[in-house]
Amino acid sequence: MAIIVERPKLKWWEHLYLPGLVLGMRVTLGHLVRNLLGKTKVTMQYPEEKWDSHLPEHYRGAPALVTDEHGRERCVACQLCEFICPPRAITIKPEEIPSEDKWAKVEKRPRVFEIDMIRCIYCGLCEEVCPEQAIYLRKDYAIVGTSRAEMVHDKEKLYQIGGVRTGLVNKWNELK
Amino acid sequence: MDWHLIIAATVKIVVFVFLTTLPLVAMSVWAERRVSAAIQDRVGPNRVGPFGLLQAVADGIKFLLKEDFTPAHVRKFYFWLAPALTMVPALLTCAVLPFGSKLFGEKMVIADLDVGPLFVFAIASLTVYGIVLAGWASNSKYPFLGGVRSTSQMISYEICMGLSIVPLVMIYGELNLGRIVQDQALNGWTLLPLWGDGLSLKGFALAIPMFISFIIFTTSMFAETNRLPFDLPECETELVAGYHTEYSSMKFALFFLGEYAAMIIGSGLCVTLFLGGWSLPFGWLAPATIDAEVPWWQGLIHIGAFFAKVIAFILFFIVVRWTLPRFRYDQLMRLGWVFFFEIALANVILTALLLMWLE
Repeated sequence: MAIIVERPKLKWWEHLYLPGLVLGMRVTLGHLVRNLLGKTKVTMQYPEEKWDSHLPEHYRGAPALVTDEHGRERCVACQLCEFICPPRAITIKPEEIPSEDKWAKVEKRPRVFEIDMIRCIYCGLCEEVCPEQAIYLRKDYAIVGTSRAEMVHDKEKLYQIGGVRTGLVNKWNELK
Repeated sequence: MDWHLIIAATVKIVVFVFLTTLPLVAMSVWAERRVSAAIQDRVGPNRVGPFGLLQAVADGIKFLLKEDFTPAHVRKFYFWLAPALTMVPALLTCAVLPFGSKLFGEKMVIADLDVGPLFVFAIASLTVYGIVLAGWASNSKYPFLGGVRSTSQMISYEICMGLSIVPLVMIYGELNLGRIVQDQALNGWTLLPLWGDGLSLKGFALAIPMFISFIIFTTSMFAETNRLPFDLPECETELVAGYHTEYSSMKFALFFLGEYAAMIIGSGLCVTLFLGGWSLPFGWLAPATIDAEVPWWQGLIHIGAFFAKVIAFILFFIVVRWTLPRFRYDQLMRLGWVFFFEIALANVILTALLLMWLE
């Protein structure tokens, strides 16, 4: 069914176009003045202003390794995260902990632990699968580098991002 | 050879055209982006230099360093000629604009011609060749359509523009822009006859046709410089980028600069003809005659007044661009031929009658 849209009947002064120009200018200049006076809410100036304080608790940023309250690295190099990682971003090379070490009872630790942040998809499966609660997704999201090699986080970098987490898993402590 | 004349002219060309107009072009590009951003509740370029003022420099470097790509299917000679043909006429028209009264006994105009407006029209209409050649030489459909549109648009509005300043010329009996401005300095601006001889029945009566002239002239100026609401040769939504679709790098930049240079010269001409050029309102610091000596500080104030008015007019150009939607092509032609042409003709007759009645 055809719909007939009535065209508005313009007054003679509306045909002149100039009043329309003035009305339009009122709108645009209004926006201009409000913007210059700082009354308009404009976009955030990203690198200077960040949304960090508004990130939710469950935010999934860069994955990182953590140590416990005794300074022991929690990772026992079980390689579950390496196996579950969908984009295969994690590389772990385990080594045995020598018997004279304080944490010899743990037996295994990663010699090399690398996460390729170009591959990482921030899915959080590594955090979910970890039986030792050694890997967590932190709130870092601006991961940058000028080369591919720079984008690979090694063990040192991962502990630096991760820091210390206390509580929860205590089964490896000497004293129970 | 008159060495004094040559040196003075060279200095004026270098200072006015290369050290003032071209930086003003860059600044108006920046102003365009910042003002449009403010109108649309955005921030605009604010990273390069304070308030993003050096954005123009960054853009210039970008244009210079980009690959200057010439597509295989274009007509090379005209393809290369077209950008220059857009930029050069725009800058040539600087020659007759009086941008100040006098400084150290020198008239602040590069060429003190007695046919100022005619020269401007003659040169400014050459700009269309650049656009038409660009459209044709690109050898592809969108630039071609842009070029064709540009031709008819420019020809239509050239007529209205020329006719709209005939009444002004009749009133002043003068085609020398310098003397027109001098007259306005003493007897009230064309649109603001509130002092000197302008403050009379004659002055007020003649302000009516002058106002009509001003509207026609300004609108035609928008059409001539391909600015919105008349930017049909470019017309992003229909023609990709119109006549400069196939251009890249510095050749594109020349079109871009040409458009803004034309805008600045257009503003300068409009200010000179209708808003008193370099003169201050109410006859303040107005020299008694065109040949009177002017102290250097007054000369500087006059130059400042001219550029202040031009910049204000450019801002008007920019705000209009971000206010009005584009005209449809038939509306554009109708407006040019059916309304402005007739009104401009009637305006000439009205002015003649008023002049007859008042004398």
